[in-house]
Amino acid sequence: MSFFYLVAFLSVIFSLMTIFTKNPVHSVLYLVITFFTFTVHYIMLNAQFLAVVNFIVYMGAIMVLFLFVLMLLNLNKDTEPMKSPLVKVMGAIAGMCLLATFLGAFRALEQSDVLIKPHENIGLVENLGKVLFGEFLLPFELSSILLLTAMVGAVLLAKHEKGVKKQHG
Amino acid sequence: MQSLSNRKKVLEQKPMNFWERIYLPAIFKGLSITLKHFFKKIPTVKYPEEVRPYSKNFRGQHSLKRDEEGRERCTACGLCALSCPAEAITMTSAERAKGEENLYREEKYASVYEINMLRCIFCGLCEEACPKEAIYLDGPHVTADYLRKDFIYGKDKLVEPKFDITKLAKD
Amino acid sequence: METAFLLEKLILVVVIFTITLVIAMYSTLAERKIAGFMQDRHGPDRAGAFGILQPLCDGGKFFFKEEIIPAGAHKGLFIMGPVIAIITACISSAVIPWGQTLTFGDTTITLQVAEVNIGVLYIFGVIALGVYGIMLGGWASNNKFSLMGAIRAASQSISYEIGLGLSLIALLMVTGTLSIGEIVAQQSGFVNWNIWSQPLGFIIFVTCAFAECNRVPFDLPECETELVGGYHTEYSSMKLGLYMFSEYINMFVSSALMAALYFGGYNFPFMHDLGLSANWITIIGVLVFFSKIFAFIFFFMWIRWTLPRFRYDQLMRLGWKKLIPLAIANIVLTGVIILIKDTFF
Repeated sequence: MSFFYLVAFLSVIFSLMTIFTKNPVHSVLYLVITFFTFTVHYIMLNAQFLAVVNFIVYMGAIMVLFLFVLMLLNLNKDTEPMKSPLVKVMGAIAGMCLLATFLGAFRALEQSDVLIKPHENIGLVENLGKVLFGEFLLPFELSSILLLTAMVGAVLLAKHEKGVKKQHG
Repeated sequence: MQSLSNRKKVLEQKPMNFWERIYLPAIFKGLSITLKHFFKKIPTVKYPEEVRPYSKNFRGQHSLKRDEEGRERCTACGLCALSCPAEAITMTSAERAKGEENLYREEKYASVYEINMLRCIFCGLCEEACPKEAIYLDGPHVTADYLRKDFIYGKDKLVEPKFDITKLAKD
Repeated sequence: METAFLLEKLILVVVIFTITLVIAMYSTLAERKIAGFMQDRHGPDRAGAFGILQPLCDGGKFFFKEEIIPAGAHKGLFIMGPVIAIITACISSAVIPWGQTLTFGDTTITLQVAEVNIGVLYIFGVIALGVYGIMLGGWASNNKFSLMGAIRAASQSISYEIGLGLSLIALLMVTGTLSIGEIVAQQSGFVNWNIWSQPLGFIIFVTCAFAECNRVPFDLPECETELVGGYHTEYSSMKLGLYMFSEYINMFVSSALMAALYFGGYNFPFMHDLGLSANWITIIGVLVFFSKIFAFIFFFMWIRWTLPRFRYDQLMRLGWKKLIPLAIANIVLTGVIILIKDTFF
């Protein structure tokens, strides 16, 4: 249990660091560490598959792409775009809204005293696969179709310019 | 454009066939070639440990010869210096004193005999010119050194060591 | 029980770690020796007999070189880069089964550091982490060429990870497990080796592994000979050494993976017909496994001195337009064959 508190503390700290650091590359790196602590959480919940997938997909692929873009952008103080007061006001309003939502959520929070633990090995690959391809087959397939659509859209976006040129000339 | 030499050839690039396109046969061919070389005899000679045989008429460092009684043959006539196209040889002559008959064969000998190895081109003309058969270019390579002055070889380096011929007969 | 277990694992970890480092060290010598032989020359042979002390000399030289951290570099990340690279290289060997069990009296020792039921995914996670070492190093150097090299390396590594994963999925469909220990255990004997059922998958896997290890013909991240070094342009001294070392460790681990996943790991032909005791079979199995690994390391080097480097667009086209569709086709084919087998036989 104390290990959980340590990891939870670390995840909160690093996610705060993600927000508060000035340098965007550092911010991404803190986010990577935050994801790593999430992986540790998953392992503690005995959800090995989810842990590894979180590790591979979020840490290994998505954050690398983030870093990729940030490294090419050359963001430093001199090139930082001017922040208009309008943006600041909007930011403040959005922050307040978030705070209000959180407060509302905490008010409605109920302490659940029943520890739900239906199956010890629910997070293992075999069980997860059985659940995904049995009980939740339709949502699973639907989400895969969604991803396919997104992929086709990305390819189309990448090829769009060429097609336009062909039409004109 | 019309080619001037009329030997211009237009090479047609044929589209690659299936086996060429999947690239694997080409890789295996390349691998077999490198593997063949892996087992080939290596022609490298590991020089300091292993020396290749020299040609019979290889011309290396000079040596001033002695006669069969161990006396220096050179009589300091200066013909070698005269014949030297690179002017690498200098010498000073001296008269043989009494009691030195076992050291020098002739009455006149070279008290100083120097060859500048940086000038010498190892042409062998000194060898040809010598009437006393006193100088031969039969040594090894002249080794590298750090200072120019060390390339001027005196008699200490040039005269061949004494060789006891009676010992050879005994063996 | 608990302490004995920990002690056993600790010893195993230390032994494997040492073996890994020694093999990586001597891979550098082997690489130069093999290069020499393939180019009809001797290779390094001055330090000790046959140059056996050459890796030590190289290592010593790396340690005594001046360490230069560029003025504009981000110091922390600049140091982190090679550290991450070497750590990820070292921890990936944790799930590889080096042999069966050894029995001494009552205690049985499994020659595998961690038997996890998602071993294959673990390897992928670690590979994915390895990109950070390269990217951080390249970016923190504050040098355009390093950054270009890092981006080249990262995009190559991400692209080929997909092909690697897809080629493995077909293998997983055949074996039905994600645990490397079980995959190897299924391949006992000779005819059960996965290479016979997954030849196409193996070719794709090998190609992608070459790209993941930044080896010729896909060594664009480094390019000692041209393209200005790559991501480690600004690195000197042992930091550069760590980058190179991590690469050789990666080569060793991926050779071990290939041997384990496709060539039966510690299994060898007629292993149960010789009438040997279990311990002997294990010991011979470990030796067989290592000889398979060495064969693959030789193959890596053999390829290096045979093939020229791909151009970057060729690299990307091969990865995205050839290997990924091929891997998907392989998955479909494997699925169809499994279905036919299940319904008709």
